Amino acid sequence: MKSHPVFRNKILPLILITPQLLITIIFFIWPSLQALYLAFVRTDPFGLSIKFVGLANFVNLFSDKYYIQSITTTILFSLIVTLISIPISLLLAVMVEKPIYFKKIFRTLLIWPYSLASSVAAVLWILLFQPSIGLITKILIYFGIQWNYILNGTQAIILITLVATWKQISYNFIFFLSGLQSIPKSMIEAAEIDGANSKQIFWKLIFPLLSPTTFFLLIMNLTYAFFDTFGIIDALTKGGPGKATETLTYKVYVDGIVNFNLSSSATQSVVLLILVSILTALQFRYLDKRVIYQG
Amino acid sequence: MKKKSYLNHIKSYWFAYFIIILSIVLLAFPVYVAFIASTHDASTISRGQLPLTPGKYLLENYNTAWNIGKGERIISIPVRKMLINSLIMASIIAIGKIALSLLSAYAIEYFYFPFRSFIFWLIFITLMLPLEVRIIPTYKVVSDLKLINTFTGLTVPLMVSATGTLLFRQGLRNIPKELLEAAKIDGAGPLTCLVFLVIPLMLPTIFSLFVILFIYGWNQYLWPLLITTDINFQTIVMGIVKMIGGADTSVDWNIVMASTMISLLIPALIVIFMQKLLIRGLTETEK
Repeated sequence: MKSHPVFRNKILPLILITPQLLITIIFFIWPSLQALYLAFVRTDPFGLSIKFVGLANFVNLFSDKYYIQSITTTILFSLIVTLISIPISLLLAVMVEKPIYFKKIFRTLLIWPYSLASSVAAVLWILLFQPSIGLITKILIYFGIQWNYILNGTQAIILITLVATWKQISYNFIFFLSGLQSIPKSMIEAAEIDGANSKQIFWKLIFPLLSPTTFFLLIMNLTYAFFDTFGIIDALTKGGPGKATETLTYKVYVDGIVNFNLSSSATQSVVLLILVSILTALQFRYLDKRVIYQG
Repeated sequence: MKKKSYLNHIKSYWFAYFIIILSIVLLAFPVYVAFIASTHDASTISRGQLPLTPGKYLLENYNTAWNIGKGERIISIPVRKMLINSLIMASIIAIGKIALSLLSAYAIEYFYFPFRSFIFWLIFITLMLPLEVRIIPTYKVVSDLKLINTFTGLTVPLMVSATGTLLFRQGLRNIPKELLEAAKIDGAGPLTCLVFLVIPLMLPTIFSLFVILFIYGWNQYLWPLLITTDINFQTIVMGIVKMIGGADTSVDWNIVMASTMISLLIPALIVIFMQKLLIRGLTETEK
């Protein structure tokens, strides 16, 4: 903790910080307050009167079976994406870190998908799974599976889960690779000298040392599945069929922009806000603790 | 290396090679198929008869996508125009955010001023709310400010989040105090220090952040979707999805895939050639 500031000016810092502060207020604080406000009022159809209705909007929201369905879809989707892509990425990182040849090329070929937008990733997969033109569609039909994710809700969820997981592997891989590289080789050598085999070394030494990274990625993957997958859903299913793939974030968009139900959309936004705040708070709390203990 | 050691090596590490190569193929396969599709004609694809080898229409399709953007069944603007829009948008977001974050991190870290904690907290909470959560009120604000279909409206709301500020704050803390003291003794004021001392020291961080933010800006989908009602303003990432239209309209898939290949070229090249910067930037924000 420093006891005095580096520079003594009082006006200059305010000038320096004004641009960021300004856009934060205009494009973040103000809209967020508006969402908060809209969630607690109800306007009549003509926009003539505004009534404060307390928690009524929230009660309505949670009694809506489509909203509950959206919650379960989102949770299922996010958990599956997270719990599949993290172990795969970890495995890849461990494999690449072994004393093998072509490390650099392998690393490059595993990292490049980070550059894909989620909507672009979805468009790429259309060629494989689209009901009429998809390559893999033909294989599936050959095996007797009637593949049509435009009509079948479960298949739609499977597809977006597949694409989301596929795209996330590179991201997790980067972090695990970095985490593995920061483990001192001396620790591993010491364990080997003590007679530990590679399974023991991994589970008792490497995995615990990677737990901050793993925890961080758990939160980031959940956040990704919640929000960054909008492009995938919009490109592939637009929330369908029959709202089967309407995640919470997609629903905010559909109800607000497509259906003009601003009140419901704002209320949903507030719910998401609370959720994300919890996730972010968890992340900072936990990571701060680890940093302190590791000195 | 002797022959015997080669065999031993493969014997010990065959599993690693297998998993890695399998994953690389799985990651690359969709892109490969898309590339193949971009070299055939639309009817071959629509009939579901896409082969696994390239076709004869490579130049024609890419030329159509790049210059005309219209197939028989899709209407779009030329990819070249969308690419420029994306380029401008991504660059503005990256540079703008770096500039804003650096200034505010500098102010917070090296000065005391009234309301410092409160202002820091205000900036910090932007981390708590991704754009998607406040999408409609933000859209309304931008619309009220008449910023629809402008680069300002397209880029500024995306510069809000505090990730850059946190990263720079971390970096500033790593600068040894002695350097700053020495500069002050030599008569340097805060701005001089910023320009001639701090920025040069922070260049690696700045470049890393640039890579991350450029990709982030380039890949934006929802926001450009809402903000660009004028077709000439479309960015390529959202423009491609617009080309597809609804689920039942027939589409010139060859043009769509050619456009897709073009669109992923620039971010992919950046990631491939700036890997080290990218990895550094990402893993530093983890802390």
